Amino acid sequence: MTDEPLVLGIETSCDETGVGIVRGETLLVDAIASSVDEHARFGGVVPEVASRAHLEAMVPTIERACATAGVALTDLDGIAVTSGPGLAGALMVGVASAKALGIGLGVPVYGVNHLASHVAVDIVEHGPLPEPTMALLVSGGHSSLLLVPDVTDDIRPLGSTIDDAAGEAFDKVARVLGLPFPGGPHIDRAARDGAIEIDFPRGLTSGRDMERHRYDFSFSGLKTAVSRWVQARQAAGEDVPVADVAASFQEAVTDVLTRKAILACQEQGVGHLQIGGGVAANTRLRAMAQERCDRAGIQLRVPRPGLCTDNGAMVASLGAQMMAKGRVPSGLDFPADSSMPVTDVHNEPAGPASAHDALHAG
Amino acid sequence: MLMLALDTSTSAITVAVHDGETVLGDHTVLDARRHTELLAPGITTALAAAGVAVTDLTDIAVGVGPGPFTGLRVGLVTALTLGHTRGIAVHGVCSLDALAQGAGIEGDFLVATDARRKEVYWARYRGESGVPTRLSEPVVGRAADIPAEVRALPVVGRGALLYPEALPDGGEPLDVYAGDVALVAQRALEAGEALPVEPMYLRRPDALTTAERQAAVERA
Repeated sequence: MTDEPLVLGIETSCDETGVGIVRGETLLVDAIASSVDEHARFGGVVPEVASRAHLEAMVPTIERACATAGVALTDLDGIAVTSGPGLAGALMVGVASAKALGIGLGVPVYGVNHLASHVAVDIVEHGPLPEPTMALLVSGGHSSLLLVPDVTDDIRPLGSTIDDAAGEAFDKVARVLGLPFPGGPHIDRAARDGAIEIDFPRGLTSGRDMERHRYDFSFSGLKTAVSRWVQARQAAGEDVPVADVAASFQEAVTDVLTRKAILACQEQGVGHLQIGGGVAANTRLRAMAQERCDRAGIQLRVPRPGLCTDNGAMVASLGAQMMAKGRVPSGLDFPADSSMPVTDVHNEPAGPASAHDALHAG
Repeated sequence: MLMLALDTSTSAITVAVHDGETVLGDHTVLDARRHTELLAPGITTALAAAGVAVTDLTDIAVGVGPGPFTGLRVGLVTALTLGHTRGIAVHGVCSLDALAQGAGIEGDFLVATDARRKEVYWARYRGESGVPTRLSEPVVGRAADIPAEVRALPVVGRGALLYPEALPDGGEPLDVYAGDVALVAQRALEAGEALPVEPMYLRRPDALTTAERQAAVERA
């Protein structure tokens, strides 16, 4: 076991300061400091508020992760950090911190893709990833279907949202229903007491759309439809059945997500589906995906909810895979890239290897 | 003492290694947009130039601003993380104080740096025997709104370069040099002053709370 790499991962792409430590395929700790409460009064994530919170939380979260795992920083074999995509100013805090760890400890640093990390996290939950795996990543910033032959090196985007991310739709519909931010957990809770009786639209599922946008998603029209439905009720002076609207909206989102994900598995000949991202914490999505995968003979993998939302463990997990597979470290001059494409799984070094070893030789 | 000093509050990404007597090695690059890429390599370059291993460092000093936020934070989180990693103290220095130190001006003068959005960060100083003393707390505002008698003083920092009509007596240095961050930190430490690492933002985040937005709608 001890020859497996001990990697610390840092995640600061949005409003969670995450620090996780992984040894090979074993999760040791997943420490999180969230600024979500600070954003709630703004009704959404404010980038500058998130960045300030990351700076304050960075070192304390590293300390807490090490203390909880019983790991000394000097034991680490490598550092991994989310270098994109995400909020630029927020990413920079994590990237700079990771490089400082790399310099201070004389260990390699890997700048890695946030979406790839959401896939790799399941390795510490359910063991090695079947190759290939189909991944459905759904969060406040992303809704993507990815074919993943090798999570450290080869990720192929099949489709993504053409407008709002699924999580964004949850936030906006929550606002329409007078539920707090972030919308996901509140809609999930409200929907438990609701009846699925409003037939909201399923975006990009019509015959023509299925030709042009076979694996793509659209949630903007759904959000507008919910908003209009609620306004019509209010204009008529009637009460809005919040639970029913929440349940019906949630059903429309999860129906399209699971339908297209399973279609992709079947058409691409992939026997495993993994769901990740914050929306994967949604109980209806998890249940519906399980039912439909069982029926289709597809193996479903979904990490526990705490590992679906943004966290440092997922970054550490991908970093550990990078080290185990002998991928080249990123060096010290890689940028934070707010629009990093998912095909860039990690930052390849631009020049010759960095000066780490020379520094520690003295 | 082997102090690593750095600052990212102005257009310079600047790093120096100082032994308490002199700068042993340094590295400065002007690029106001690429702190994330350039600071870490700058640190390894400065250490190599000084012939110092990172494990030999005893202290870190960092400019806490005021300065544009994203770049400033890169310097701060780098200093804090490196300090934690090596188990050494991290000292925060007002970046305008470091610029004042570099000015070498006797008598009253002004430090004014680029705050973007047509504003400057500024503070008034008095130099005596090579030691500048800050006479006012750093503030952010338009150069033209600084009191006339202050605007007439000699100015260091990019403020005068950007707003020559408001600040006519501009001079160098334009940007912070990390060697001066080290000097200011060491002088304060000798005087027993605490040097907390608290960013000087001087501006609130640009955002309205849901309640503020609602109030604005109702006013309109």
